[in-house]
Amino acid sequence: MSLRSALESGKFAITAEVGPLKGTDVSEIEEVAELLLGRVTATNVTDQQSSVMRLGSLATCHLLKEKGLDPVFQMTCRDRNRVALQSDMLSAHVLGIENVLALTGDLPSLGDHPQAKPVYDLDSVQLLWAINRLNEGYDLVGNELQGKTNFFSGAVVTPEADTEAKLELQLIKMEKKIAVGAKFFQTQAVYDVGTFAKFMKRVEGFKVPVLAGVIPLKSVGMARFMNKNVSGVFVPEELIDKMAKAENKVATGIGIAANLIKELKDICQGVHLMAIGWEKRVPAILDAAGL
Amino acid sequence: MIVSQQKPFEEILDYLEGEERVFILGCNGCAEASGSGGPAQVTEMQSILEENGKRVTGSMVIDFLCQKALVKSRLRPRTEQVEAADSILIMTCGLGIQAVAASVNKVCHPACDTVNMGGSRAEWKGKERCLECGECLLEYTGGICPLTACTKGLINGACGGASNGKCELDPEKDCGWELIYERLKQKNQLDKLRKFIPPKDYSKMMPSPKLMSTSLWALEQIDHEEKME
Repeated sequence: MSLRSALESGKFAITAEVGPLKGTDVSEIEEVAELLLGRVTATNVTDQQSSVMRLGSLATCHLLKEKGLDPVFQMTCRDRNRVALQSDMLSAHVLGIENVLALTGDLPSLGDHPQAKPVYDLDSVQLLWAINRLNEGYDLVGNELQGKTNFFSGAVVTPEADTEAKLELQLIKMEKKIAVGAKFFQTQAVYDVGTFAKFMKRVEGFKVPVLAGVIPLKSVGMARFMNKNVSGVFVPEELIDKMAKAENKVATGIGIAANLIKELKDICQGVHLMAIGWEKRVPAILDAAGL
Repeated sequence: MIVSQQKPFEEILDYLEGEERVFILGCNGCAEASGSGGPAQVTEMQSILEENGKRVTGSMVIDFLCQKALVKSRLRPRTEQVEAADSILIMTCGLGIQAVAASVNKVCHPACDTVNMGGSRAEWKGKERCLECGECLLEYTGGICPLTACTKGLINGACGGASNGKCELDPEKDCGWELIYERLKQKNQLDKLRKFIPPKDYSKMMPSPKLMSTSLWALEQIDHEEKME
């Protein structure tokens, strides 16, 4: 079942993120693809994640599609202007890719080529709008396409915020994204189910499926690093303690992620697993969560 | 006001490799205010060059090196010193360097880098910046420009990367969109944030071809005069 049909029919969706590596060796991706096949609804492929130059999302989505997975083509606005973004969408459609996730993208200065010129010709809202136009058979300036696209487009939202302004800005932007065509949302990692439930309450009226982000904890250091450096991620002390006391960090990390998924299952329409190096452990996490 | 800063001295020495004699030009305008090419820096440059075995045939600080007529008339009495030099080292912004290079038939070396001020036209204390984008959006953003206040120049809302109201790029820098939110809230205009802003026409940000490499100054006619040497 595709991501579109799962979400449209109200089925709980599981998406897993795959991050291409730097270089042309795709054996790792192929191995992960085999493990995820039949276990997840769809597979997101990141687009130069953290502004670090790697194998592209489009080619990787194509590989996953050939392996039988339903890829979600992540597109950021950082590296391509509106001409290249639209052209890559047409290419993705021709390659049979059905889902796209529109993001603004991290700043180049945070990645491994900080000298790069950032593009941001469009922002994520405008990119969603552009996808909608292509789906209707027109490009951004109104030229008719010979053969239109048929994307199921999604966007991201950060459900936790440290200021009122940040939360309200996220909610207003979420509504704008829906108004221009976003059909589903994947969120930043959630660790506090209570806060996330409050967020879900506020977006209930939007009537758009939300897949809660889950990043399995690998170590205390990782949790502290995210709290300090990753905006919108708040790992509670209680979970950090649990990791600190754990004899088997892997089993504990898997257990925490599985518990989160169980609790999230009743309050949103799916989960989005960002394993960040633990892709091969995704089946174990899903097993533990009973999925 | 154009802000410039001196290049690392090693880079300047590289430019001067194989040359023995140099004439130094400074500028009493923006470069003096920037501390990159005023009288003090020209004197300092002269002694550093001499310590490094160069012969300085002369030096001069002119008000506004970007004004070609002025450059030519002020240099005229110093023609001998300029002619005796292998090259001119110019301690000012990109405009001044280009104006001297166009006015004097000598190899011209830049001694400064011109710094992008992100839309500021002055060095006054103030955060307001204008990118001259040709499609002003201030109506929707509480009078705070998202192109300059947001590091990514986003125009449809925040990226989600802020922490405690600060940009993820620099903990000292306020998130432009959080400032916009607070301003609109204060003015009871939060609804403005709901407006979808279509992609900008960035062609309006390019200078008109008519203005690209010309100046509107009537004095430019003096350009038609022959070059000094």
